[in-house]
Amino acid sequence: MADHTEEVEVRNARAPVIEPGYTFGTVTDKISSIVLTRPTSTGWFVGFGAAFLVTMMLLFALGYLFVKGTGIWGINIPIGWGFAIVNFVWWIGIGHAGTLISAILLLLRQSWRNSINRFAEAMTLFAVACAGIFPLVHTGRPWLAYWLFPYPNTMQYWPQFRSPLLWDVFAVSTYFTISLLFWFIGLVPDLATLRDRSESRWARIIYGILALGWRGSARHWHRYESAYLLLAGLATPLVLSVHTVVSFDFAIAIVPGWHTTIFPPYFVAGAIYSGFAMVLMLAIPIRKLYGLEDFITDRHLQNSAKVMLATGWIVAYGYGIEAFMGWYSGNRYDAFTLWNRLHGPYAFFYWMLLLCNIFIPQLLWIRKLRTSPIGLFAISTVILVGMWLERFVIVVMSLHRDFLPSSWGMYYPTRWDWMTYGGTIGMFLAAMFLFVRILPMISIFEMRTLLPEAEVKE
Amino acid sequence: MDASHKTKREDFSTGSGPAVCPSKKLDRATVEAHLARTSGPEYWRSLEELAGSPEFQEMLHREFPKGASEWVESFSRRGFLQLMGASLALAGMTGCTKLPLEPIVPYVRQPEDVIPGRPMFFASAATLSGYGSPILVESHLGRPTKIEGNDRHPASLGGTDIFTQASILGMYDPDRSQTIMHLGDVNSWSEFVKQIKGPLAVQKGLGGAGIRILTQTISSPSVADQLRAFLKLYPQAKWHVYEPVNRDNVLEGAKLAFGQPVETRYDFSKADVIVSLDADFLYAGFPGNTRYIRDFASRRNPDRNMSRFYAIESTPTSTGAKADHRYPMRASEIEAVAREFAYSVQPILGRPRELPETMRFVGPIRDELSKHPGSSIIIPGDHQPPAVHASAHALNAALGNVGKTVFCTDPVDANPVNQIESLRDLVADMRAGKVDMLIIMGGNPAYDAPADLGFEDALKSSNVALRVHYGLYRNETAEYCHWHVNEAHYLESWGDARAYDGTVSIVQPLIAPLYGGRTANEFVSALSGISDVKGYDLVRTYWQKQHTGADFEAFWRKSLNDGRIEGTTYAPRSVAAKNATMPSTDSADPNTLEVNFRRDPSIYDGQFANNGWLQELPKPMSKLTWDNAVLVGPKMAAREGLATEDMVMIELNGRRMTAPVWIQAGHPDHSVTVYLGYGRTRAGKAGTGAGFNAYPLRTTAAPWFATGAKLAKTGETYKLASTQGYQTMDTPDGDTRPIVREASLAKYKEEPKFAQEEQPPHELTLYQNYDYSKGYAWGMAIDMNSCVGCNNCMVACQSENNIAVVGKEQVVRGRHMHWIRVDAYYQGDRDNPKAYFQPVPCMQCENAPCELVCPVGATLHSTEGLNDMVYNRCVGTRYCSNNCPYKVRRFNFLLFQDWDTQQYKMMRNPDVTVRSRGVMEKCTYCIQRITEHRIDAERADKQIEDGTLQTACQQSCPANAIIFGNINDPNSRVAKLKAQDRNYAVLGDLNTRPRTTYLAEVRNPNPEIEPQAERS
Amino acid sequence: MKTTPIYGMMAEFDSATALVEAARKTHQAGYQKIDAYSPFPVEELAEAIGFHTNRVALVTLIGAAIGGLSGYLMQYWMAAVSYPTNIGGRPYHSWPSFIVITFELTILFGGISAVLGMLALNGLPMPYHPVFNVPRFVMASKDRFFLIIFSTDPKYDPAGTRQFLQALEPRSISEVPS
Repeated sequence: MADHTEEVEVRNARAPVIEPGYTFGTVTDKISSIVLTRPTSTGWFVGFGAAFLVTMMLLFALGYLFVKGTGIWGINIPIGWGFAIVNFVWWIGIGHAGTLISAILLLLRQSWRNSINRFAEAMTLFAVACAGIFPLVHTGRPWLAYWLFPYPNTMQYWPQFRSPLLWDVFAVSTYFTISLLFWFIGLVPDLATLRDRSESRWARIIYGILALGWRGSARHWHRYESAYLLLAGLATPLVLSVHTVVSFDFAIAIVPGWHTTIFPPYFVAGAIYSGFAMVLMLAIPIRKLYGLEDFITDRHLQNSAKVMLATGWIVAYGYGIEAFMGWYSGNRYDAFTLWNRLHGPYAFFYWMLLLCNIFIPQLLWIRKLRTSPIGLFAISTVILVGMWLERFVIVVMSLHRDFLPSSWGMYYPTRWDWMTYGGTIGMFLAAMFLFVRILPMISIFEMRTLLPEAEVKE
Repeated sequence: MDASHKTKREDFSTGSGPAVCPSKKLDRATVEAHLARTSGPEYWRSLEELAGSPEFQEMLHREFPKGASEWVESFSRRGFLQLMGASLALAGMTGCTKLPLEPIVPYVRQPEDVIPGRPMFFASAATLSGYGSPILVESHLGRPTKIEGNDRHPASLGGTDIFTQASILGMYDPDRSQTIMHLGDVNSWSEFVKQIKGPLAVQKGLGGAGIRILTQTISSPSVADQLRAFLKLYPQAKWHVYEPVNRDNVLEGAKLAFGQPVETRYDFSKADVIVSLDADFLYAGFPGNTRYIRDFASRRNPDRNMSRFYAIESTPTSTGAKADHRYPMRASEIEAVAREFAYSVQPILGRPRELPETMRFVGPIRDELSKHPGSSIIIPGDHQPPAVHASAHALNAALGNVGKTVFCTDPVDANPVNQIESLRDLVADMRAGKVDMLIIMGGNPAYDAPADLGFEDALKSSNVALRVHYGLYRNETAEYCHWHVNEAHYLESWGDARAYDGTVSIVQPLIAPLYGGRTANEFVSALSGISDVKGYDLVRTYWQKQHTGADFEAFWRKSLNDGRIEGTTYAPRSVAAKNATMPSTDSADPNTLEVNFRRDPSIYDGQFANNGWLQELPKPMSKLTWDNAVLVGPKMAAREGLATEDMVMIELNGRRMTAPVWIQAGHPDHSVTVYLGYGRTRAGKAGTGAGFNAYPLRTTAAPWFATGAKLAKTGETYKLASTQGYQTMDTPDGDTRPIVREASLAKYKEEPKFAQEEQPPHELTLYQNYDYSKGYAWGMAIDMNSCVGCNNCMVACQSENNIAVVGKEQVVRGRHMHWIRVDAYYQGDRDNPKAYFQPVPCMQCENAPCELVCPVGATLHSTEGLNDMVYNRCVGTRYCSNNCPYKVRRFNFLLFQDWDTQQYKMMRNPDVTVRSRGVMEKCTYCIQRITEHRIDAERADKQIEDGTLQTACQQSCPANAIIFGNINDPNSRVAKLKAQDRNYAVLGDLNTRPRTTYLAEVRNPNPEIEPQAERS
Repeated sequence: MKTTPIYGMMAEFDSATALVEAARKTHQAGYQKIDAYSPFPVEELAEAIGFHTNRVALVTLIGAAIGGLSGYLMQYWMAAVSYPTNIGGRPYHSWPSFIVITFELTILFGGISAVLGMLALNGLPMPYHPVFNVPRFVMASKDRFFLIIFSTDPKYDPAGTRQFLQALEPRSISEVPS
């Protein structure tokens, strides 16, 4: 029945989620050919090579970090957290779109998700992987980071469960695991397709193993569907909880500018905000390069744009409340934090943040822009920059001037900070390049369900 | 930082290279083999045999690369530590330490019962510019580890000063001169003794006409006695004395007033009104400061009859910061004020010129003085001209203070000559070729002599046939001498010294000389031809001669044990004022620029330049480290368009120096201050190249301040390392945070609870509160009225808790490691602000925010309410520091501790963990001391007695501003203090419930002046 | 039952509608042991072949419950029983702080058991399966729909079943060797 209502909706919509004229066969061919038959373009090699080199730079920066210690970064007392945590929160935020699209939109029966959820989930995994690096390496003694896990030890001493940092450990690792399962389960039927269609023996073996012997039995499909739905049901509160927990890292602390109850909702909104921006930044070039405009249509761009517009406003509301509370609370330290954001040494970044996250995205009200790939790409970039600045403002600007003026300080990132940050972006892109090359970046079987003939006529 | 990181990588390799490779040439084993051949008393002497051996020579050449100390390279601490490892010439030897063989007497117990893990305390004395400061040295199994004040000595009463405490680092300094050198090559004592015999014999014929001995200020009776004996042997020889920071003005002033050189001693415990004429008597370096702080603080309790303190000063000092009324004024104008004060009582001193508006404040002060005859003090600064001292003498006499609060005594200086004149004569003789043999005992005149004397040239232009330098370091002066004899550090020597009040302490060695140096007594006796007598015998025999009573042995033991010799305290002398009018020096045009030269608050005259603790110790007012700067007042800065860190060139009649600007609130206009002692070229790895040398501007005519200077921006800027980000409690948004709470005495009387504020109620919690009512509950109260910002606590803590030195570059990055810091806040008019000092250790909050956020439980609470830090468990997330509202936590961002240098291993406190890279650390309330006392108490089956257990900062505090103890015991001093109205918790409204609380500051301004004093 | 070299009889259709039709008929014809294969989930298919019960949800529920319970108990035991410490004056059992991790572990265990449960009930992974012996079956993962009657079915007899399937007008019929 789902597909039925879907399809009606699809027909009426101005821009369809999939251009007409496709059959099961053509859909399958078009998507699987990218992996199986199409020759790898030099562009791919250049892109992947570049990203790979940047990843090597990351390894170098981390190697040096392990040798020397976190002192190679710009952090100090009072600013104990710098780029590492800024980047961590930024990446985690980006990592939210994937699960949101696949889980929440699935529950909301937003069929248009079908053509973007696959690589959105992949993006989520890679983003979370990038994020995961930072909490580990930012510690003074990373080789002891496993102490954050409650493993039995001779001292009988356990982690300290009141620390938000420990909540992070559980939240992030759970989120990564669930996203991985979700992604992999979604892949299985398509892996079967690849298994059955690949020419080369090796590909058949590898895809065969990964496909777990999927054969599309009605019973299997039945259980599969319910498992997928349950997973979506579990992932939905999870995706909301993860950034909430991340926001606790700050909200639980007493640092003025951190100690705010508004943080959880507006962190989540911000996460989705940046997540969709990243989805667009990936979808727009990909659909162009691989000629997938028929599957990732203007409808998708539009909807993503609308989501960003909405979450953008929630974020703006967050800023508003923060500022209002700074004044209304009558707390001298909060009041100063507000003043410091507007006039302090880092004020420029705060104003930039407002520009990037609130003012520029309002252009999305313009319909023409919502449908223009270039325009959307540009705005997404702006939003990603803005969201990074937001985390910088929260982490650094709150710490650098807290309670005792005698202990105020400044934070200047070093080249190692930048190399580590840039390095994770390289790692992220390298992973994306590999993904589009060896796995179907659009869910084939879910695309089939969007076709008119998928509907069973009684 | 990264560029420098690269370079650091480099100097690891260059540095550690030699450190490693000796093992090929001369490794520990071979050295010990060598040593094994000799034994017992000759142990250390045997280095000379080694010195002979070729491989030893070879090694030294590698270990002392020629010109190693001209280490030209942006100072990076890790680098220099590695190099220290390399410069460790006698790596083999330093492993082993021995107690000296002579019977030295432990302070508490007999030396025979050395219990491992049980420190012993020995009384001794450190000297600075001749003035002895009595100390107790903590010794662990024969290794001196910490210096504390000697509570049985009137000059200390338990307190010390920063230089004395930090001198222990100086003893272990690997850059100290480690051998006798002749023409740049390693040589031996016996060779030295042999080679000076000839020239001395020649001089014998001439009656020593060609011999000149240049010493620093010497208060040691035995050394002085030996020198006089030497002068008897060579009647024509001359003994010159020079110190860059000398007391010529004091003696000249006394001569002017009384016709004879007497020294002045003050008793602030009896003074109701104190007027300081540019005297920085509450900071280390001022003779008697330790005792003065104790006495001064004892009269600042608002609940008892509180003294009133007027400070007239030419540059902002921590002393002036404590004043009830502070008047910034160019140094040259102060004489006029002094005369105005004195004129009323001593017209013969000469009428001062008509006072400008700025000096009208004298009137009310004079009135108040006249109301307190016999209970007031006028104290002039050492750098003020004789006339000011004479006026002060006259005034004190007229007010009847002499004999009550002010005492004249014989000078502590054994050879009280005008040191600048003395050096002038010496240079003249050197130029005239009258000097055949120059013996420089200590000091560094080539670096710090007045520029116009050109001592360095005179020394270089070698018409002095034989030049001998005797000192702790092969410094700038040693470079120009044929011979350099390495001095034994006072912690390695027998000797004696006079404190500011004349009381003599015997200096006991705590350890056999690490580098086999010679004590002053041994050196002088060698000059007089007796080279084989031990310092111990020289000192002992001298005192045997002095001793009149029966049982010398008992007297000797008691003197050693108490750290002072009974009856040596100078009795006050009654001196008659001689009625001579003083030539009135007409003060300079108020609009020409004046330059002040001052001893540096951290490294004194430059002799501590290589002491990492002191270099990294923030100067009390500016909180600058590792550099000196041109201190400029806000007015002048605005007028000249100067900003902090601008490089400027100061030109003073033809002489020049360039240095960065530091805008110093409260500095008088048309005047700048530069600290002496920086810009050393041969100080050592830490000191060489740090800061800017001000001596080239300093002349015999104007040693302390000179007018007519020009100042011009060079256009460059220079990074200065200050440990305090922002120095007021007024935040830029116009708010003022109640961190330091202050009131006038009047306000305090009518509203004693002015410092109190509403605290969150304890019931206001989801959880029930943790119960600390059983057993001990440690707490601390810090009285900001007593605190004079002397920084003693910081050095004490650094020494007690093995705190690392991180170097300028890391301080700039905000990574200094001090567990206790002294925050300085300015308030009000920037031209003459109020200033407050607030020592900040860990607050040991009961609701510690840091603990809550640690993911691994590396910081948690003890049952006694301590916020414990478990280094081994720490993974270094730094979350705790972020969440600490007091920012007292310190993080090892890099491997700050020096794990390589042997000497430092011996110096460290064995009871305190040496922290490594990547862990958080912070004040523990000296938990090692708490534990030691708890164990003792439990074994004796009693409670820890209040007052017996002291934290390091408390112990070293001359002002008794820091009180620590058990707050569960209502009778403990800390509990009583916390019960006072002035007691408040900083940031208490955060409900952190800190165990460290503060007693609000109360000032005692003169109600007649207060209105205009409130200039803001 | 008697073992036979034949695994079953398979008919190929080219639309979901046709398959559902055929499956329903087959089921009504009294065939028990049948199955259908489609390149995408077809809701009607399951009940068409008479498959209703599905325990994935139950497994998930149990997993989630275990996760949540063990999560909280672990924290309680470690913080309040095994090694209690005074952290910033908070009680050993500060339950509000334990909620987050309890929640996360509920989700984690629930999710994992949903996936593993589904795979287990489906008997996956199973790299080899007789149906793969039918050459045309590769189309099952593209655009073809298959119906199979297993030879273990009591009503199964090679000739009769083939006739029955013929009547459903499939594109082709093939025997599946086991």
